[in-house]
Order: sequence, then C-alpha cells, then structure tokens
Amino acid sequence: MKSEGLSPIVQTIAGILFPMILIFSFYVIMHGHLTPGGGFQGGAIGASAVVMLIVAFGAKNIEKKIREEKLSAFESIGGVVFIAVALLGLVMASTFMSNFLVGDIIFGKIPPFGSNLGILNSGGILPILNLAVGMKVIGGLSAVVLVMALASKEEKNDI
Amino acid sequence: MIYNVPFLAVVVLIAIGAYALLFKRNLIKIAIGLTILESGVNLFLITLGYREGDVAPIYTNLPSGRGMVLPVPQALTLTSIVIGVAVLALILSLIIRIYRKYGTLDSHEMRRLKE
Amino acid sequence: MRKRIGAVVFLVFFAFLLLSVYDLHEFGAPPSEMDDYIIKNTQNETGANNAVTAVVFDYRGYDTLGEATILFTAVAGVMVLFRKGGENEE
Repeated sequence: MKSEGLSPIVQTIAGILFPMILIFSFYVIMHGHLTPGGGFQGGAIGASAVVMLIVAFGAKNIEKKIREEKLSAFESIGGVVFIAVALLGLVMASTFMSNFLVGDIIFGKIPPFGSNLGILNSGGILPILNLAVGMKVIGGLSAVVLVMALASKEEKNDI
Repeated sequence: MIYNVPFLAVVVLIAIGAYALLFKRNLIKIAIGLTILESGVNLFLITLGYREGDVAPIYTNLPSGRGMVLPVPQALTLTSIVIGVAVLALILSLIIRIYRKYGTLDSHEMRRLKE
Repeated sequence: MRKRIGAVVFLVFFAFLLLSVYDLHEFGAPPSEMDDYIIKNTQNETGANNAVTAVVFDYRGYDTLGEATILFTAVAGVMVLFRKGGENEE
C-alpha cells in the first residue's frame, strides 16, 4: 500500500486550494455578528482545510512539518484568551462575562434599529470571543484527526 | 394532525436509532445508531421554534415587513452538535483500541474473553 | 427470552413517543414571550445584528464556556489513548 498520499495532480491542487479555504474560514469567523456564522462554523471550515492536506500528502509527511504539540498549544491559547476576556469583564463592570465594550472606542458602535447594511465596528466583546472559539475548534479537530491517522497507519506495519 | 409531519419524522428517526442501539452486535453499527439518535434530537430542537411565514433572525438586509423565527432553540442546537462530535471522537478511539486487543468486532465474543 | 423482553420494551417506548406527538403544540405557533424580548432588544444591549450569536455569547455565555471545556476534555482523552513509547519504562 502506498503510504505517501495520492497522485501528484491531487497534491498540486490541494496546495493551491489550502490558503483560499483558510481565508474563507477567517472571513466567516470575523463576520460572526453580522451574517450567519460565527466561531464554531468558521472553525469547522478551517479544520476541514487541514484534513484535506492530511489526506492528500499522507500523515507521516504532515507530521514532520506540523507536529501535534503545536496544534495542541494553538488550542490552549484560544481557551486562555476566552477566560481572560471573561474575567476582565468581572474587573471592569460588576458581573462575569459582561459586555463592557459597548459604547467605547474599539468595538463599540450601536447600530440603528431595523434593517441596515451592517457595521464591522460594532458588537462589544463578541468578535474577540468568536476569534478565541475559532482557534480552539481548529486546533482541537486537526489534532484529533492527525493522531488517529498516525495510529491506524502504524498498525498495518505491525501485522 | 396532518400538519405535525416534522414531529412524526423526529419520532421515526429516534425509533431507528434506538433499534440499532439495542439489537445489533457489531460495534460500528452501534456507533452509527447513536449518531442517528442524536440527529433526531437536533431536528426536534429546531422545529420547536418555527413561526409560520417568518425569516431568519438576522437584521442585516432584512426584507421589509417580515417577522422573525425564535433564536433561542437554534443556539441550543449549536451546543448539542458540538457535544455529539466530541462523544463520537472518543467512541471511535475506544473501538480502535478494542479491535487491537481482541481481534474481533463482535460484542458477544468480547463478553467471554475475560482475561 | 432476552430478545422478547427487549422487543416488548422497544414497542412500549415507540408507543409512548407517538402518544407524546399528539399532545404537543401545533407546528407553527410556539409560545414565545422571552424570545420577543430578545428580538426587540438585541441591537440596544449588545450592538450585534445577529440574534443567534448574541444569544450564544451574551445572553447565554456560560453554556458556551461549558462547551469549550467539553471540547478540551475530548481532545485530551484522545491524546491519552494514543500515546506510544511509554510502555517500556525503566
């Protein structure tokens, strides 16, 4: 059985498509408070881009470039950012995870009532939380698929 | 009674999932039955919050003069889908380890090979 | 013998499900007081256009914290099951 992945045509096209899918997933994550989407949906799109690379190139070649400890660290950074922003809401206002940026400078415009075109500058702490959850989902799902693909390949070599 | 067709579809999905979970012997078929049961529950959560003739609850480019569907059941369904993915990942990892130790995927054989 | 008890229990469960469909509200007219408040006040209080994202991260943000913990626990469990090189310790 070939353990190097698929044919060169598939490897070239996968290398071209990978940055486009990553950019699309970043767009869905950042526009989570204006259009349908958000943290979990954009994270699933990004994880499927990494899985496409694993299928096209073989699990052993990907494991030399992106080791699974780095994917695990990427996921943990997302979790720490989520809890840090929520505790910051306890310090600034009076409740845990309160929306303290509405009306301020960074993400603070309030849109007018009714149908409008959508302002990227609005939303309070929602874009920051979307980014943290998106990092968590991409890191977690890619690490799970990489570990399972490596484990099922080494059994064929034993028998 | 003829208008409750989505609820009847939910009952059919839950019954198929429960049948595969109780009466099959292969471990992979039990895992598939668990996934079908979970899809039925997600469909039930979404169809609880539908109002007749309304659109999605988003204010960007809303067509004028329409009402909105309830947003809270959709938020609960998002959480339920992610929990299903996590449970399925752990179940499949356990099945791979069991297959390496016993050499078979039949659940009735595994009760007798206690060592 | 065991299969017959299982078949009877399954038929009772299926009949209970069909009976509960008869008692639900009509499809298309749900009771909604909390959701009317949320739809009316999303843009003042949170400043977002998307009501579903506002419910997931602002009105019910504590559930999303629990779900992030579940994702972390599942990934940690899979990593523990597939660890190699640790059996031949000194």
